[in-house]
Amino acid sequence: MKLDAKIPSGPMAGKWEKRKFEGKLVNPSNKRKYNIIVVGSGLAGGGAAASLGELGYNVDCFCFQDSSRRAHSIAAQGGINAAKNYQNDGDSVYRLFYDTVKGGDFRSREANVHRLAEVSAAIIDQCVAMGVPFAREYGGTLANRSFGGAQVSRTFYARGQTGQQLLLGVYSALSRQIGAGQVRMHPRTEMLDLVVVDGHAKGIVTRDLITGKIESWAADAVVLATGGYGPVFYLSTNAVGNNVTAAYRAHKKGALFANPCYTQIHPTCIPLSGDHQSKLTLMSESLRNDGRIWVPKKQGDTRTPGDIPDAERDYYLERMYPSFGNLAPRDISSRAAKRACDEGRGVGPGRLGVYLDFRDALSRLGDDTIRQRYDNLFDMYERITGENAYNMPMRIYPAIHYTMGGLWVDYDLMSNVPGLYVLGEANFSDHGANRLGASALMQGLADGCFVIPYTIAEYLAGTAPGEVGTDHDEFKKSQNEVSDRIRALLSVNGKRSATSFHRELGLLMWEKCGMARNEAGLKSALEMIPALREEFWENVKVTGSGNDLNSELERAGRVADFLEFGELLVTDAITREESCGGHFREEYQTEEGEAMRDDENFSFVGAWEYTGETPILHKENLEFEEVHLAVRSYK
Amino acid sequence: MILTLRIWRQKHARDKGRFETYEMKGVSPDMSFLEMLDVLSDSLVDRGEDALTFDNDCREGICGMCSLTINGVPHGPDQGGTVCQLHMRRYKEGDTITIEPWRVSPFPVLKDLAVDRSAFDRIIQAGGYITTNAGSAVDANAILVPRADAETAMDAAACIGCGACAASCPNGSAMLFVAAKVSHLAHLPQGAPERAQRVLSMVSQMDQEGFGNCTNHSECEAVCPKEINVSHIAKINREFIRAAVKSIF
Repeated sequence: MKLDAKIPSGPMAGKWEKRKFEGKLVNPSNKRKYNIIVVGSGLAGGGAAASLGELGYNVDCFCFQDSSRRAHSIAAQGGINAAKNYQNDGDSVYRLFYDTVKGGDFRSREANVHRLAEVSAAIIDQCVAMGVPFAREYGGTLANRSFGGAQVSRTFYARGQTGQQLLLGVYSALSRQIGAGQVRMHPRTEMLDLVVVDGHAKGIVTRDLITGKIESWAADAVVLATGGYGPVFYLSTNAVGNNVTAAYRAHKKGALFANPCYTQIHPTCIPLSGDHQSKLTLMSESLRNDGRIWVPKKQGDTRTPGDIPDAERDYYLERMYPSFGNLAPRDISSRAAKRACDEGRGVGPGRLGVYLDFRDALSRLGDDTIRQRYDNLFDMYERITGENAYNMPMRIYPAIHYTMGGLWVDYDLMSNVPGLYVLGEANFSDHGANRLGASALMQGLADGCFVIPYTIAEYLAGTAPGEVGTDHDEFKKSQNEVSDRIRALLSVNGKRSATSFHRELGLLMWEKCGMARNEAGLKSALEMIPALREEFWENVKVTGSGNDLNSELERAGRVADFLEFGELLVTDAITREESCGGHFREEYQTEEGEAMRDDENFSFVGAWEYTGETPILHKENLEFEEVHLAVRSYK
Repeated sequence: MILTLRIWRQKHARDKGRFETYEMKGVSPDMSFLEMLDVLSDSLVDRGEDALTFDNDCREGICGMCSLTINGVPHGPDQGGTVCQLHMRRYKEGDTITIEPWRVSPFPVLKDLAVDRSAFDRIIQAGGYITTNAGSAVDANAILVPRADAETAMDAAACIGCGACAASCPNGSAMLFVAAKVSHLAHLPQGAPERAQRVLSMVSQMDQEGFGNCTNHSECEAVCPKEINVSHIAKINREFIRAAVKSIF
């Protein structure tokens, strides 16, 4: 299989213009003849469903939550990047592009990233028009803050709830289309299979989560915007319902899965408190604008933080990366925290934590300013830990937060299965091996509102509308497979809950394939995962029936997919014999412990084909025309 | 800790439902309330019983999916938070806790503690938006919004659509939810062209869904996890009168 990214020729800055001009169009009166399925209702999916509805296409949108407003985009706190240069501080489309390619450790596709930077400004315009209440200056203009991995202030924000406000903007646009009858929304409905007819994506099979009904839906194109796979690690900052099922079922139907080993660890999460824990809570990275990160210089220092004088504190990010300091990118900050804890200088219960200290900012700016900036974050911290961060430093530790890998897509965001598009966190294209802060919201909205409306026309223009209906044999076959699998899950009747398997898989993934990975650990994981999967299918216990609301059954289905997908993730990690971004192989590091890339041998996208046995690796070579490959330095 | 939990169990929408009592051992003060229910639910599965159904997703107080009434109070005893943010250090040895779903007729129970809140979605679909197609916007800084207005709009926009306001109201009114959206958009210049139509359509849909009227009990504000102020209800009343009068002339 040859992977053709279909990147337009010509200079970088003109590629998107060229693509938009050369792409085929569907004329306005023909648009209503086409049906499009959108799975997921976050910024990417909700944005796509609304925008495609606005254009006049018939859209069916699906989500597993009780309303499209619950998608996990809602939880993003800090902000959204855009190359507006409202601060007059030297920002530009080119700089955002450059920062994002560099931040991604030179493992993303330049042309996609450039387009992302180009459309970023239009996103802010659109959000303001939709009524998103961004933070403002006294003169009424928009305010900005700075974020990790950048030296300009280009992040727009709405207190600590930027994701919520953007998602509610998208939700309102989507609601308008639902009210107008242009989009039909199907909440509490889970996609359980992709239907491919003669090589083209023609629909999906779903389960109604209230009645258990298995149903087929035919369409002329299918858009997946189903988010990332962070919960393969069980504990992550993701919502507990987030899962890889839709993407993985598409993978089993032929879509290539790219770079699954690129997982992002977020440096500022609240440390673990016990075995009962179901998720880890993120404290926005924006806190690093005013908080200073430190650990005691001495190992095993048990004094309370207030008793440790400055001379005995190690502000290690400021020391090691003087020009970026506490704003060093996520992967670098996370590994530095791990190193400090590995050296025995961690703080708090279990010594798995570092301090994020606001003492200096509070005395410089006062409580009120800090309250205005971080309002809900300090509250959230106190609710979970019982500690007040105005009086003592927060304790933070890295946690799984975002997954850069995802289904392979070309420049048009179409997978290798014609008619199947993949947007947002579910695809792989824009963040390389590491995503910069405030870029996920940007990508979701870019893909959903400003890319797919253009690129999907190219495919539809060459497709006769309504060619395949749900009476096609492939739908029946797929429905039978889905029903059989549900029956199988219900009939194992073993002794362990799906959650207990999930927890065991997550711990294994975190230990063997988490913040740092090595060949021996990865090899052992490749033995442990299939064994755990085997036990799952012999010993899982799913109570209740398949014909009603059954959260145990939903969970078991998702865990079963994680148990297959985890193996693919580890396979990718073992194959990539270099360190880059979120993928840190201990064998490949500099003497100072920095990641060592191998551009000669690994400057490619690793896209895996499902075979039922050993997956086949396809490579898309990455060519860098604009950004000079360099050691990523934030010193 | 050892606690006694009285939990509403209901097999499906047509089932009558009843309270079941469970003794819960080994509750750690660091657990969140929902993590305690996870442990209980897992133990039910171990015994071969049906898992406990309760809506939840983000578990950090922002998605609005969790929806439990604890000892009669939506989202439980903590001010300004959702039930997923509530931690067990709030309780002490031997406490009895009663756990129910939202109790308001436009939110019918689906199973156990999960309810159908699609009525809220339909209210937003009736007009809780600004009509603007992707790609049609002017430059963001071409629209100046005084900081105070942007802040008030944000106060209202913080609503997570959980439904606690309606569940707490003696009249089963959804006024705080509807007011939050109307007030958010009425404070911004972008919302001005549809200002009158919006409030009329949304209020009409709210009535059609069967929510009651507001008689200023302010229970909604007391339980709102985002502490949305009832002054936004005063705002929607003014907006409604303004629009209604305008529609006559």
